Amino acid sequence: MALQSLDIKRVSATTTPPPGVRVPVTGTVAKLIDVTKCIGCKACQTACMEWNDLRDEVGVNVGVLDNPPDMTEHSWTVMRFSEYENPDGNLEWLIRKDGCMHCEDPGCLKACPSPGAIVQYNNGIVDFHEENCIGCGYCVTGCPFDVPRISKKDNKAYKCTLCSDRVAVGQEPACVKTCPTGAIVFGTKEDMKEHAAERIVDLKERGFAQAGLYDPPGVGGTHVMYVLHHADKPSLYHGLPDNPRISPLVGLWKGVAKPLALAGIAMTALAGFFHYIKVGPNEVTEEDKAAEEEEAGASRHAALLKAPESNANDPNINAQDLPP
Amino acid sequence: MNQPDRDTSKDKIVRYNAGERINHWLVAITFVVLALSGLALFHPAMFWLSFVLGGGPWTRILHPFIGLLMFVCFALLALRFWRHNLIEKNDIGWLKNVGDVINNREENLPPVGRYNGGQKMLFWVMIACMAGLLLSGIVIWRAWFSWLFPIFVIRLAVVLHALCGFVLIAGIVVHIYAAIWVKGTVGAMTRGTVSRAWARKHHADWYRKMTGE
Amino acid sequence: MTNHWVDIKNADVILIMGGNAAEAHPCGFKWVTEAKAHNKAKLIVVDPRFTRSASVADFYAPIRTGTDIIFLGGVIRYLLEKDQIQHEYVKNYTDFSFIVREDFTFEDGIFSGYNADKHNYSKTTWDYELGEDGFVKTDPTLAHPRCVFNLMKHHYERYTPEMVESVCGTPKDKFLKVCEMLASTASPTRAGTILYALGWTQHSIGSQIIRTGAMVQLLLGNIGIAGGGMNALRGHSNIQGLTDLGLMTNLLPGYMTLPSESEQDFGKYIAARASKPLRPNQLSYWQNYGKFHVSLMKSWWGDAATADNNWAYDYLPKLDKPYDMLQVFELMKQGKVNGYIAQGFNPLAAAPDKGKIGASLAKLKFLVVMDPLATETSEFWKNYGAFNDVDPSQIQTEVFRLPTTCFAEEDGSLVNSGRWLQWHWKGAEPPGEARSDLEIMSTLFLKMRKMYAADGGKYPDPIVKLSWPYANPESPTAEELAKEYNGRALSDLADPKDASKIVRKKNEQVAGFAELRDDGSTACGCWIFAGCWTEAGNQMARRDNSDPTGIGQTLNWAWAWPANRRILYNRASCDLNGKPFDARRKLIGWNGQKWGGVDVPDFKVDEAPAGGMGPFIMNPEGVARFFAKGGMAEGPFPVHYEPFETPVGYNPLFPKNPAATSNPGARVFPDDRAMFGKADAFPHVGTTYRLTEHFHYWTKHAHLNAIIQPEQFVEIGEDLAKEVGVVAGERVKVSSKRGHIVAVAVVTKRIKKMTIEGKPVHHVGIPIHWGFKGLTKPGYLANTLTPGVGDGNSQTPEFKSFLVKVEKA
Ligand SMILES: Nc1nc2c(c(=O)[nH]1)N[C@H]1C(S)=C(S)[C@@H](COP(=O)(O)OP(=O)(O)OC[C@H]3O[C@@H](n4cnc5c(=O)[nH]c(N)nc54)[C@H](O)[C@@H]3O)O[C@H]1N2
Ligand SMILES: Nc1nc2c(c(=O)[nH]1)N[C@H]1C(S)=C(S)[C@@H](COP(=O)(O)OP(=O)(O)OC[C@H]3O[C@@H](n4cnc5c(=O)[nH]c(N)nc54)[C@H](O)[C@@H]3O)O[C@H]1N2
Ligand code: HEM
Ligand code: HEM
Ligand code: SF4
Ligand code: SF4
Ligand code: SF4
Ligand code: SF4
Ligand code: SF4
Ligand SMILES: [Mo]
Repeated sequence: MALQSLDIKRVSATTTPPPGVRVPVTGTVAKLIDVTKCIGCKACQTACMEWNDLRDEVGVNVGVLDNPPDMTEHSWTVMRFSEYENPDGNLEWLIRKDGCMHCEDPGCLKACPSPGAIVQYNNGIVDFHEENCIGCGYCVTGCPFDVPRISKKDNKAYKCTLCSDRVAVGQEPACVKTCPTGAIVFGTKEDMKEHAAERIVDLKERGFAQAGLYDPPGVGGTHVMYVLHHADKPSLYHGLPDNPRISPLVGLWKGVAKPLALAGIAMTALAGFFHYIKVGPNEVTEEDKAAEEEEAGASRHAALLKAPESNANDPNINAQDLPP
Repeated sequence: MNQPDRDTSKDKIVRYNAGERINHWLVAITFVVLALSGLALFHPAMFWLSFVLGGGPWTRILHPFIGLLMFVCFALLALRFWRHNLIEKNDIGWLKNVGDVINNREENLPPVGRYNGGQKMLFWVMIACMAGLLLSGIVIWRAWFSWLFPIFVIRLAVVLHALCGFVLIAGIVVHIYAAIWVKGTVGAMTRGTVSRAWARKHHADWYRKMTGE
Repeated sequence: MTNHWVDIKNADVILIMGGNAAEAHPCGFKWVTEAKAHNKAKLIVVDPRFTRSASVADFYAPIRTGTDIIFLGGVIRYLLEKDQIQHEYVKNYTDFSFIVREDFTFEDGIFSGYNADKHNYSKTTWDYELGEDGFVKTDPTLAHPRCVFNLMKHHYERYTPEMVESVCGTPKDKFLKVCEMLASTASPTRAGTILYALGWTQHSIGSQIIRTGAMVQLLLGNIGIAGGGMNALRGHSNIQGLTDLGLMTNLLPGYMTLPSESEQDFGKYIAARASKPLRPNQLSYWQNYGKFHVSLMKSWWGDAATADNNWAYDYLPKLDKPYDMLQVFELMKQGKVNGYIAQGFNPLAAAPDKGKIGASLAKLKFLVVMDPLATETSEFWKNYGAFNDVDPSQIQTEVFRLPTTCFAEEDGSLVNSGRWLQWHWKGAEPPGEARSDLEIMSTLFLKMRKMYAADGGKYPDPIVKLSWPYANPESPTAEELAKEYNGRALSDLADPKDASKIVRKKNEQVAGFAELRDDGSTACGCWIFAGCWTEAGNQMARRDNSDPTGIGQTLNWAWAWPANRRILYNRASCDLNGKPFDARRKLIGWNGQKWGGVDVPDFKVDEAPAGGMGPFIMNPEGVARFFAKGGMAEGPFPVHYEPFETPVGYNPLFPKNPAATSNPGARVFPDDRAMFGKADAFPHVGTTYRLTEHFHYWTKHAHLNAIIQPEQFVEIGEDLAKEVGVVAGERVKVSSKRGHIVAVAVVTKRIKKMTIEGKPVHHVGIPIHWGFKGLTKPGYLANTLTPGVGDGNSQTPEFKSFLVKVEKA
């Protein structure tokens, strides 16, 4: 780890602790997306493509302004447009920049089976290291925000890196730099929360009584946060999860059950071993043989005298192997 | 030892013919590969097992295909042995006295057919697990099928797959141990035959059926 | 813009009407966001569609296209009725009290002087009443029935909230809410700004809509102050520079005008423009017209422009009529044009009625396209299936494609909407065979000059004698041109007050237009740019953004015309005594000796307030005009007229006068008139506009833009979608009388059915960006649908309001 800002806090599929001597004095970083300032210009989307050398397909229009219509391995962020008629009967056009939330407790990392394919830096950024990715898609299963995308070309998982390469050298992410309205800002998480608080005061004055910050506790908070006019109803914003958390199923799958199961398998094998040690093999004894001979002598059957192969090939015997 | 009136070449009873044996070992080999590769993904502590298929990506690529192969082979095997694994009255008694089984006191048990209650139970567990593994495996097969399913189904499937995998692996450990423990059993699957005494001792009803009672 | 981009942050109320700043000017929109975030500003958007600008607005009101004069007239009526105007401002700085000629009339939608056959006006009656002294008569008590205040009040009486609701489709309560929000800026300590663009200009009454907006701003005292103004958000990155440099067919650089056919006499030409003051002690700055004009002629023709030949006056063409785009294509269609150079222009895509444009181009002998891209225009002759269904064998036009560089591949300056000339530096080398526009034009010119010199011709002088002083005549540099339009002394300039003092040595760059002379001793390519490249160097390249008072007045960042002044009419930000109305937003003030502050005073610097000189120094009366006199084609007070393709069929203000249905002063070519559709066959209102994802017909060639908006679509409301039976993602056919397009339907709540004069009206939103060239999915040119009629003054086509019919494709 050459760059302190990219010291790693967590590594996927790794049970030993990562290097942890350096303490990040500055705390963690966060990107704050002020949905109430965003004009949906897609400059951020374009900057992301430029900085990261991504070129999606030139698609088609499916009847909405959102394009590409979904995130892909080439589109790490897309603008989501939602038309909402509020209770006063007035239209609101809610435009949300979608992308990785950089969860403090990342479901993707939790799910990933490949050591080092997903890391979380001390600064909070969750990054995919495609060279270690095996393409299983578990991160997709684990993510509460439906973020990672697996490329058809190389079967690796991709998503927003929070421009960790830029952040490492003291620059803000490309999308932040480009945003013409200042709807996206970047800094320490603490500063971003303060900035958000100011914005929320302004929004409340403008009549958005439920304005608030989206920093969902269910995933330990996120390093990408939203200022929402309707923080009480995140799902208005193109289905932003109201209470995102790592799914209990994923918790079960990746939780204590796993080591227990491994132990179970090992125990079964050990049980066998010690059983063998204790009671020993179950052998055909001389008595068993004698008993058999006795019984055979008592009743002898023609079938037995047939050659084994013809016996085995007896259609009747085979027929009985078939289920009813 | 050999009784003079007895044709020694017919001392053994055929338990599996060649086709059955090949089929079984195909199942067994694919299983081992699947179990090891599956375990590699199952828990970080096992990731080193990914060497079996040549590393992480190959594990991810090959496992499901081998899984399909195994499923097909297993399906044939299960069809062949279906009928013999129907639970009968004596099996219940056998199962009730499983303590005797474990302690090598088989003589106290009611006679069983071609397979004993334990084997039959395991057989059905295998069938359930293989069905579960196939269905869930398809759902979590990212490269081909996952996009067809909503996320909660995928999450359910991944748990199910892990669960079935676990049960099956544990079950097969028992299965293998039983084969080693009960001497003369492995031969049934390698050479195809068992001794008459083995048959009478472990599967008396089957023995009698085979010997013509 | 009277103000500038950064200044928007000083506004308390921002009205975006007739534009969609968030989408078309996203970077400038930053300052709207700043005003909201840091100045508690309220943003109002009035647009037929709920746009991305509306998505961040505090208040949105819908409006039917082309009816803004009704809406704004309604605002005027509201402000006057509720007396919500800035009294001191209006009384002193406008023509409120001026008395208008007695023979001026307005009846049933038509002003005095109308010629119904020619569709134009004689404007003599549209004037003030002058006294014996030659000055306008005024009535400061405002009691005179013909003072501008009373005439205006009467004129807008009909523009009631009910009328607004019925004609504009804006619910009354929403309209009144907008009025109330705007009225809050009548206070001297509150500023309101208006941002507009094509939603106002692209109408047959576009210029008048803008005037109505300006009148609202004057009533509120919002012109000349920080955070106020009438702010035209300009289009192409250098479109401001285009008009500044006089590239309109009737203009000369610096908003001087070409003479008309009747102006053969040089003295009269100047006199008509160098207007004498209409009130006592007014500056009437255009009195200097002669200095600017002569300096221009010296710049163009050098030694060939002499006092004896009236500074080469004869070299200037005398216009028989304007030769705007619509006129040129009309002539082309009539077979009167042989050749055409489309330089950085894609007329097949950009001009109205694509069918007509294509047919016209087909009549040319040759077409030269100078462009970095292979444009639709350059392949107008090629068959692209339904998208361009022409028969190449029938088209004989010879097409030359000359690949040019684009702005990023050359040094130069661009003028932004805020009138800032900002120098930029080459970012990349041009690819392939591309050559700069300068080089191509120069080569063409030199060839032509050679031919004229060798072969003579009808009148070779203007060409042969044109001054061409560049180091490499084949390829002048941007620096050379910039210095040329700044201007320089041709001989030592003596101080007019003291002939012994030389204020500017021969061949030095002038420091500003005040140094220009009409005796041939100065040359200046564009008087308003004088000061941009002085002896101190390239002022446009300055990049010091220090802002002493924090109100965004960065005078050392680049350079603004005129005279590096950032806010026009800034004298009006002070009261009669020269004290700023709002100390928080002080621009300039009178300190007892002179005017000064954080802006360059738009005033005579040493003119004491007591002298009564008005702040609108370009007007001979020194004040701003509610009464436009003869300045406009259709009348001195804006009147609502319906679009030429109207869904209503009559003018709701004058239902019984068909002559007043649509702009009586507009120029319409008969063939175009014949192609206007009627509401019975084309019941829906089409309006074209841009999307933030694309720049015109250009970025569809750019991969990234193609990705983020790949395929042509139209936007329709949910009701209309239901009526025609389509759901989002299906295709619809949109036809006008001139042709049709087929596109994906985006079904949206953002366009709503309106009730106009009791009847339902649906808008159809048609983004303009697609065509048959480029990386996006091929599409139809939106201008297949649009009508060939322009604004009565500027001839800007009526792209924003026409009739179509939507069907399931
Ligand atoms: N992304 C992008 N930006 C651009 C351009 C581009 O092509 N793409 N082009 C540049 C150029 S050259 C120009 S001129 C500017 C134009 O900038 P704008 O004028 O802002 O752009 P438009 O989208 O043509 O029209 C603006 C709005 O006017 C509304 N409108 C239509 N009719 C009316 C009406 O009668 N009344 C009112 N109140 N509103 C109406 C439309 O619904 C639309 O939302 O943009 C410049 N910026
Ligand atoms: N229906 C409808 N029609 C409209 C409008 C509308 O709102 N509705 N808007 C109108 C408006 S406001 C405008 S401004 C026009 C725009 O119409 P155009 O100006 O014709 O449109 P652009 O696509 O911007 O074309 C500019 C061309 O200049 C080229 N170019 C770029 N840089 C250079 C350069 O350095 N040198 C040269 N020689 N060429 C260069 C580009 O490649 C491009 O082909 O469209 C008008 N047409
Ligand atoms: C029947 C066909 C099977 C299919 C289609 C299938 C498919 C899959 C897939 C797609 C995965 C995810 C990793 C990857 O993409 O490669 C997986 C994981 C796994 N498979 Fe299978 N598999 C099958 C059978 C089996 C069998 C027989 C076993 C052995 C018992 C097994 C054990 C596992 C295990 C343990 C995992 C890891 C689960 C986890 O990470 O929790 N699978 N399988
Ligand atoms: C990998 C090591 C394995 C070994 C050493 C092994 C050994 C044996 C032996 C010795 C038998 C004969 C038992 C008898 O006839 O009573 C047998 C039967 C059988 N084995 Fe295996 N086996 C292995 C793996 C598997 C696997 C992976 C499966 C399937 C998932 C399987 C399914 C069966 C079945 C179905 C039978 C027949 C018993 C019945 O139907 O109840 N075996 N095995
Ligand atoms: S760049 Fe900024 S304003 Fe534009 S879409 Fe992105 S977040 Fe919104
Ligand atoms: S949003 Fe999804 S991909 Fe991003 S860090 Fe959270 S869990 Fe991982
Ligand atoms: S696909 Fe996702 S979960 Fe699987 S290895 Fe790659 S990053 Fe990890
Ligand atoms: S932070 Fe970087 S990677 Fe993430 S969306 Fe922004 S530009 Fe793209
Ligand atoms: S051209 Fe691009 S950078 Fe310039 S103002 Fe428009 S959106 Fe911004
Ligand atoms: Mo424009």
